[in-house]
Amino acid sequence: MMTQNSIDRLNTPGLDNRVSDQAAESTFREVDDSDRAIPAIEFRDVTIEYDGRNVLNSLSFKVMKGETKIILGGSGCGKSTTIKLVLGLIKPDSGQVLVNGEDITNYSETEMMRVRRKIGMIFQEGALFDSLSVYENVAFKLHEQGVPEEEVEAEVRRMLRFVNLEDAIDKLPAELSGGMRRRVGIARALVGDPKIVMFDEPTAGLDPPTARTICELAMKLRDLEDVSSIFVTHEMNNLDYLCSEYAVVNEAGEVVFEIEGEKLCLINSKVLMMRDGQVIFSGTDETLRKADDRYIQKFLRGH
Amino acid sequence: MNIVTRFLLELQEMSLLAAGAARGLFKKPRYVPETIEQMDSVGVGSLTIIILTGFFTGGVLTLQTYQTLASYGAVDQLGYLVSISLVRELGPVLTALMVTGRVVSAISAELGSMVVSEQIDAMRALGTDPVRKLVAPRLIALVITLPLLTLIADVMGIAGGWVVSIFLYGLPSSMFLNSVRDGITTDDIIGGIVKPLVFAFLMGTIACHKGLKTEGGTVGVGRSTTTAVVTASIIVIIADFFLAKALQVILGTQ
Repeated sequence: MMTQNSIDRLNTPGLDNRVSDQAAESTFREVDDSDRAIPAIEFRDVTIEYDGRNVLNSLSFKVMKGETKIILGGSGCGKSTTIKLVLGLIKPDSGQVLVNGEDITNYSETEMMRVRRKIGMIFQEGALFDSLSVYENVAFKLHEQGVPEEEVEAEVRRMLRFVNLEDAIDKLPAELSGGMRRRVGIARALVGDPKIVMFDEPTAGLDPPTARTICELAMKLRDLEDVSSIFVTHEMNNLDYLCSEYAVVNEAGEVVFEIEGEKLCLINSKVLMMRDGQVIFSGTDETLRKADDRYIQKFLRGH
Repeated sequence: MNIVTRFLLELQEMSLLAAGAARGLFKKPRYVPETIEQMDSVGVGSLTIIILTGFFTGGVLTLQTYQTLASYGAVDQLGYLVSISLVRELGPVLTALMVTGRVVSAISAELGSMVVSEQIDAMRALGTDPVRKLVAPRLIALVITLPLLTLIADVMGIAGGWVVSIFLYGLPSSMFLNSVRDGITTDDIIGGIVKPLVFAFLMGTIACHKGLKTEGGTVGVGRSTTTAVVTASIIVIIADFFLAKALQVILGTQ
């Protein structure tokens, strides 16, 4: 029995089994849905002006609990700005930003620190602190909170296992490849199990298998950890993965990804398409593909 | 924006930055290890250039003034002249300028590249205030080490003058040292310590402010580093004048 089990585990492609143990429990747990009606993130008429140009023009949308909102759009359409607003890294000129129903628009930097601790952010290029090792990068938040070193180490190892990078624990960011840096960035953002996670073009400039791994991480968070997220991208294969596959835990307790296909299932991903700081489409990927807007069709097909 | 409003805006931003850093000192976490690390890189790291600068400045001062003093028959005042110039002016200003070249540039380049690579945003996103984690330790390290470096520059300068007076002009060692001892007053030394305190504060604030305000990629890092070094150097020299006057009034040594 033991041997059979360990063979199964060896056969799984680079997935962490610990997460799946927790996930198996959470699948059957009673869900308290009294506050699920409150959106995790809500934008109300948010406008930002820069150099006389509207970077965001009266942007309004909601991300519900457990939902992954894929924001599509060309470069410079205000995607990254949107994410930075959620964290209060920049402030809107008008409009409101709400996180878990809390209006954070006029929060001071000190108040914002409390909100930010509950949100994980994955930056475009990883944004690792290059004077610190991988371990110190992932442990940053815990060190700042003065957590005892044994707990820090356990948590860092758990997070690095989640992104499958435990071997790189003592390396410096400069020694890592682009994809590894991005994964360390994900591990760092997920310390403390935030329920809201922002992905700022996490797969830009990565080879397809690595990009796939990162999408799988996002799917695991969505389907197994009930994380609400905004996934900014301009790569269509990310959209395909996130909208047509879902993560489940199989009988052996391993995480596997199943294709939606013709099955009736509700993958909790919605698409938002932006152009020049405005929403031009909001809905599911099926309706996006059927939309007859010329810009959208050009974006989807590339010509 | 015209130049006056821009200047006032910068002044306001720098004051807020310094105030933010100062406020952070009274709250936890205190970032003591970071401060010690910075003191090591700012203070111990600048030791060599400060020793060399001090020694040769003292030496050249002796070299240049000996002839003049000799023509007035006042060679016995050589130590007095060298030491007073060093302690009052050359020590504080040259040390500040050398440290500006070495440390201000390093700070603004480091913070600038952290801004450009989104590390500052990442730090804020992780719930840590970069002003307290990065700015405050650098400011404190500068304020503590610059007066000490100045002191070392002064001592090395006097040593340089002494060496030149003995080996080049063959004066008796006691003549130089006695005039140093008779010449320097407590007021000179107080002034020599107060100045670097103020310089360090100004230099640190300028370096951190310019670094954190970096825009526009790697080119921006170069630009903000240059601006930081130029601004800090000029501010040191301007502040030196007003400090000298203020100290004269306060200490009553007009």
